[in-house]
Amino acid sequence: MTDLTINGKDVTLDVPGDTPLLWALRDDLRLTGTKFGCGIAQCGACTVMVDGMPMRSCVTPVEALEGSEIVTIEALEGPEADAVRKAWVDIDVPQCGYCQSGQIIAAAALLTEIPNPTDEDIDFAMAGNACRCATYVRIRKAIHNAAKMLET
Amino acid sequence: MTKFSPTRRGFLAGGAALIIGAHLPVGGKMAAKAASGPVSLNAFVRIAEDNTVTVIVKHIEFGQGPFTGFATLVAEELDAEWSQMRAEHAPADTATYQNFAFGIQGTGASTAVRNAFTQMRQAGAAARSMLVQAAAREWGVPEDEITVAKGVVSHAASGQSAQFGELVAAAQDSTPPEEPKLKDPADFVLIGKDVPRLDSADKTTGAAQFTLDVFRQGMLTVAVAHSPWIGGKVKSVDAAAALAIDGVEKVETIPTGVAVYARNTYCAFKGRDALEIDWNLSEAETRSAEEQMDEVAAAAATGEGVVAETYGDLDAAFAGAAEVIEAEYRLPFLAHAPLEVMDGVIENRGDAAEIWMGSQMQTVDQQVTANILGIAPEQVAINTLMAGGSFGRRAQYDSQFAQELAQVAKAGGQGTFKLVWSRKDDIQGAYYRPQAVHRQRAALDETGRIIGWQDKFATESIMGGSAFEVVIQNGVDPFSVEGSIHKPYDFGAFEARWVPTDSKVPHLWWRSVGHSHTAFANEVFLDEVLQAKGKDPVAGRLELLGDKSPRDRRVLERVAEMANWQGVNGSDGKAYGVALHPSYDAHFAYIAEVSEVDGEPRVRKVWVAADVGIAINPDVVKAQIEGGLGYGLSAALFNEITFAEDGQVEQENFDSYRLLRIHEMPEVEIDLAVSSEKPGGIGEAGTPPIAPAVSNAWRVLKGQPVRRLPLVRA
Repeated sequence: MTDLTINGKDVTLDVPGDTPLLWALRDDLRLTGTKFGCGIAQCGACTVMVDGMPMRSCVTPVEALEGSEIVTIEALEGPEADAVRKAWVDIDVPQCGYCQSGQIIAAAALLTEIPNPTDEDIDFAMAGNACRCATYVRIRKAIHNAAKMLET
Repeated sequence: MTKFSPTRRGFLAGGAALIIGAHLPVGGKMAAKAASGPVSLNAFVRIAEDNTVTVIVKHIEFGQGPFTGFATLVAEELDAEWSQMRAEHAPADTATYQNFAFGIQGTGASTAVRNAFTQMRQAGAAARSMLVQAAAREWGVPEDEITVAKGVVSHAASGQSAQFGELVAAAQDSTPPEEPKLKDPADFVLIGKDVPRLDSADKTTGAAQFTLDVFRQGMLTVAVAHSPWIGGKVKSVDAAAALAIDGVEKVETIPTGVAVYARNTYCAFKGRDALEIDWNLSEAETRSAEEQMDEVAAAAATGEGVVAETYGDLDAAFAGAAEVIEAEYRLPFLAHAPLEVMDGVIENRGDAAEIWMGSQMQTVDQQVTANILGIAPEQVAINTLMAGGSFGRRAQYDSQFAQELAQVAKAGGQGTFKLVWSRKDDIQGAYYRPQAVHRQRAALDETGRIIGWQDKFATESIMGGSAFEVVIQNGVDPFSVEGSIHKPYDFGAFEARWVPTDSKVPHLWWRSVGHSHTAFANEVFLDEVLQAKGKDPVAGRLELLGDKSPRDRRVLERVAEMANWQGVNGSDGKAYGVALHPSYDAHFAYIAEVSEVDGEPRVRKVWVAADVGIAINPDVVKAQIEGGLGYGLSAALFNEITFAEDGQVEQENFDSYRLLRIHEMPEVEIDLAVSSEKPGGIGEAGTPPIAPAVSNAWRVLKGQPVRRLPLVRA
């Protein structure tokens, strides 16, 4: 049993403690916006916010999260998240879309830390989020556009 | 039993002469006339009372944009407002939703727009006519006085107007026109404009539904243990430890391995890891990848092969040559590695089955499922879902994945099962782009001009042994030789000669199929020859193009302008590489700017000049070029499936099958030619030119020829 907060709600997860958060979110809570891509923290499709930091839910066992606050793509909100989503839609970043939940969480987290990131900041923050459709050109542009939106 | 049969006519039309069938089935699986609710005006257009127009799309959406493209074609002829357009996948129904390039229902070979450009426009025009007829009856005015624009049907003289939703019930009584009148392209208001994609918003909120997101009542999740050797079969299994895991319900041996049925995904994976399996390797591939590659190279060197294309007097050219240059190029096995693993949900109801998955070839998936479950194909319903990429992987000529899903359902009995592969299953699951070896020879005259060229290459037939064997004519598989034949250059004398090889490793089409190796082997060799004779890569190519290929000439001239071409050597350790390679009725020239970072090539920028014919949505075309280029770059730089000395696949996840990351993605500047030529395919054509363009720059930087991919070898 693990007690934690997920998307603002108190939740008790009745799953074995070694269960990765990813599968508890998806299979038990049906929060399916968080995706499975590799299972070894290599692709970033499973990224969620844990206590305000982006983390790989596929390698995070629920027993390590007692009392933590989890936010998934379904409940990600705030000025950075709004700007990122708008910037993503404005220039049609997604292709297949499968990695984009993770990309958006990582991008919103970056803008929260660094409101006006350089290309190097973007490289550093986003290198862990793979996109097989290679939408990287637009991800970079959308992050810059979102930063501009947040300035005004 | 119904046999699916791709038509030769359909497939042969897949080349330069793709003829777009003008069939517009009005029936399909249309519901009976609706008293209220959404109305299907034909098999592709459904209009609801709230004015939304839903286009039924026969091709799977996995990012390449058919939802948006097909909705654009319908909206154009329907004179709809873009904001009222929606799209959804068609059900499995071959007669209604076949791909005219294949003769079956399926997606691939960049045929979506090319096979349905006219059909979708006709569907929109027919629906428009039915709405106009309805308005004429309701208002008692002549049809030819009625106009439609931006989703509003109007009669100016009487001042009447209505939205589609108000007319659609009455439109059911209209007569579908036999020859719907299509617009003059000069009057297009949506085609050729950048309308926003229909699927972007849901892909930013987690709301987009993929197969992995399907949950059904009482569903068990299934993981299958596959042989670590390709072709290995289960000899014996000890499932005691797996069955002892809480949440594992049962374990069954199926033809492709051992299936663990569990309460959820984690239990299924844990149970699978706890299995003790002995594998029978009598039919398995147990040799190293290097040994297999040497066999392909030997075939290229000594095999007789078949002539895929020839012109001029090659023997005379080589006999009279002042100089002959030769080189050999080797290309590895490649996995597709879409980010969503292979997955599917099946409900086995005994006398019927229903499937939810990213089906890329519905007709074949339906057929093999029916065969395995012993039911009629019509009893297998397929709900096609959006898929997290494919790049060829989700369409297999034998429906490998649907077969495994059906075997899981057969062994599982009645009930619902979600089969989920792990990344290791994907990377080690074969169905790779086959190895290929090209032996290139060029004959040069005294001035250094190429007067003869032979591309002799060995690789496995893509279509041989598959349901699509009909495409093989005179021993030549067009999908194995494409890009080596019909080259834009005039060499005076030329021969493409293909030596088919055999392999125990199942192969598959991989984004751009034959072009994925022929573009590299030909454009890199050409660059080497030009360099050897002191010729500029742009000027040297233009000289060989002559008047043979005006569209290729224009894109090459254009890309040189865009990059302000000054030759291969740049300042600050930069080099520039050129490649020109048409495919899928689309013409591409690339210039890549490359430097060296930590001993690896780093591509800083790529200039792209493209002529894809009419672009339905130029921004979607550009996105496919950026993405296709990035996908090809990942492979050119990093990707290779290898087999160890004992034959086991050495890669298993993204730590060993390295993916291109954001800092490795170049800036991409694209110029899309304004064209009135028929639309080319854009899902794949951006991939082939990037490997040779980068390799040509890397050769300049390192002073060593590039004869093998990937450029960064583990």
